[in-house]
Amino acid sequence: MSGGRANLWGARLVVALPFLWLALFFLAPFLIVAAISLSHARIGIPPYEPVVVWRHHWPAANITFNNFARLFRDDLYVAAYFGSLKIAAISTLLCLGLGYPMALAIARARPDRRNLLLMLVILPFWTSFLIRVYAWMGILKDQGLLNLLLKSLGIIHHSLVILDTPTAVYIGIVYSYLPFMILPLYATLERQDPALLEAAADLGARPWRTFLSVTLPLSFPGIVAGCLLVFIPAVGEYVIPDLLGGSGSNMLGKALWDVFALDRDWPTASALAVALLVALIVPLALLQRLQRRLARTVEAGS
Amino acid sequence: MTAAGGENGARMVGASRLGLLSLLGFGYAFLYLPILVLMVWSFNKSRLVVIWGGLSTRWYGVLAHDPRFLDAAWLSLKVAATSATLALVLGTLAAVALVRFGDFRGRNLFMALIAAPLVMPDVIIGLALLLMFVALGQTVGWPSQRGFTTLVIAHATIAMTYVAVVVRARLGQMDHSLEEAAMDLGARPAKAFALITLPLLAPSLAAGWLLAFTLSLDDVVVAQFVTGPGATTLPIEVFSSVRMGVSPEINALGTIIVLVVAVGILAAWRLMRARA
Repeated sequence: MSGGRANLWGARLVVALPFLWLALFFLAPFLIVAAISLSHARIGIPPYEPVVVWRHHWPAANITFNNFARLFRDDLYVAAYFGSLKIAAISTLLCLGLGYPMALAIARARPDRRNLLLMLVILPFWTSFLIRVYAWMGILKDQGLLNLLLKSLGIIHHSLVILDTPTAVYIGIVYSYLPFMILPLYATLERQDPALLEAAADLGARPWRTFLSVTLPLSFPGIVAGCLLVFIPAVGEYVIPDLLGGSGSNMLGKALWDVFALDRDWPTASALAVALLVALIVPLALLQRLQRRLARTVEAGS
Repeated sequence: MTAAGGENGARMVGASRLGLLSLLGFGYAFLYLPILVLMVWSFNKSRLVVIWGGLSTRWYGVLAHDPRFLDAAWLSLKVAATSATLALVLGTLAAVALVRFGDFRGRNLFMALIAAPLVMPDVIIGLALLLMFVALGQTVGWPSQRGFTTLVIAHATIAMTYVAVVVRARLGQMDHSLEEAAMDLGARPAKAFALITLPLLAPSLAAGWLLAFTLSLDDVVVAQFVTGPGATTLPIEVFSSVRMGVSPEINALGTIIVLVVAVGILAAWRLMRARA
């Protein structure tokens, strides 16, 4: 039947079009990054030698591991690697510390208010990320509004140096990624059966005890998902350390841009990208598994 | 908090509730105060950003006559509208492929390709796309230069995965039987989909397009990698001037951006609530 054949081709096209697009503009670029991370740098356009050359009519690999060796040798890159992981980890914990009580308060609010409260968490996420990070520059600088306020209240007499320190980077990351923490937390907290809390209270458990032995363990998938959603982008963050962390801030994303744009050393930039990906492989795989599990439970529940 | 007994228990519930609510209030203040401060200071007459020199719209006037920002804003709007439309088509196709065509070869790879851009750090995506464009330019001669086209491709690639997630969630919940009925009555699948399912999907499609549009307008990192000379988007322009320090012009620009987005989102939200 010709109609059936047309349908089959239509179906193939529906699958093939987005698939080929992603293969060409997402998958292939990563393979190229991997290839160029092994290439020799040179001065020219493009600033790297081809990784496959023809020698006596045969293709031969023209690769080097020097770019990766340089990452290990140079203290700057080693510091950036561990600095990124440390800053991302601390920011994630701070985000959890603020996000958990917020998510819990929203989940325990009156049902007709929850949507509005949640909307208020998401709204800033839609407005310009760059402008929101920039807003902190005016607040945190030496003659900024925070220092002005604290001085006029008589709490401090000399300006606190916050801008261009790790503290400012923590504030910026928590501020930017808080919605990513709250949303998955809220999703698990809101689904909890209130009868469980009542049962615990009826059995004589105090609120703290109920929280520790009922609410907290049941929200564990939300905690893991929220932490991964904050940690992963924070490790590769570039705008926040650049604007708030100053020249002393040392993170992989910023190092990658500097090597790429200032040094024009594309092979080393590619090696840095591979190193960043390696640092993220475990959290990325965890997130993928968790999302599949959450999707299954949601499908099973509905 | 070691007291026991019913009455104390009830009081503790009140105390922990109060603690929760004050943290919630602190959280909202933390999220909104910086933006409010920026908006108030954008009306400051003084060039010195720490001294209040009286109420003025001076910086809005300066901004309106600055061709750098106007050109950049126009380019950004064009890139955002084009890439969002492309992302809407590709993302919707991807969602249909995942929901309707159950098992096809390479489905797991496809799922991974859709999930990965959502969480991948921008610097990696930006570098990877740039190297791809350079390699393509070297081998097939296209794209010969970087600018509008490469920006659109980069933003559409990232945003299509967001669109796919939004549309897929809605499509998965939808009742398939209306479309099947149309096909039983002789409509071709594509026609049945266009006439029955697409109108029902409209709110998700609108949300997906809006999300893609905002993502494009907001992106600075990927754009910095994939753009070329002469094609400076608004975020790139803002970023390069912000790196020099706080400026009253950027305060004014930020206020406009925040207000436009807030009005747009609230309008879309009300529209969707009215439909629901």
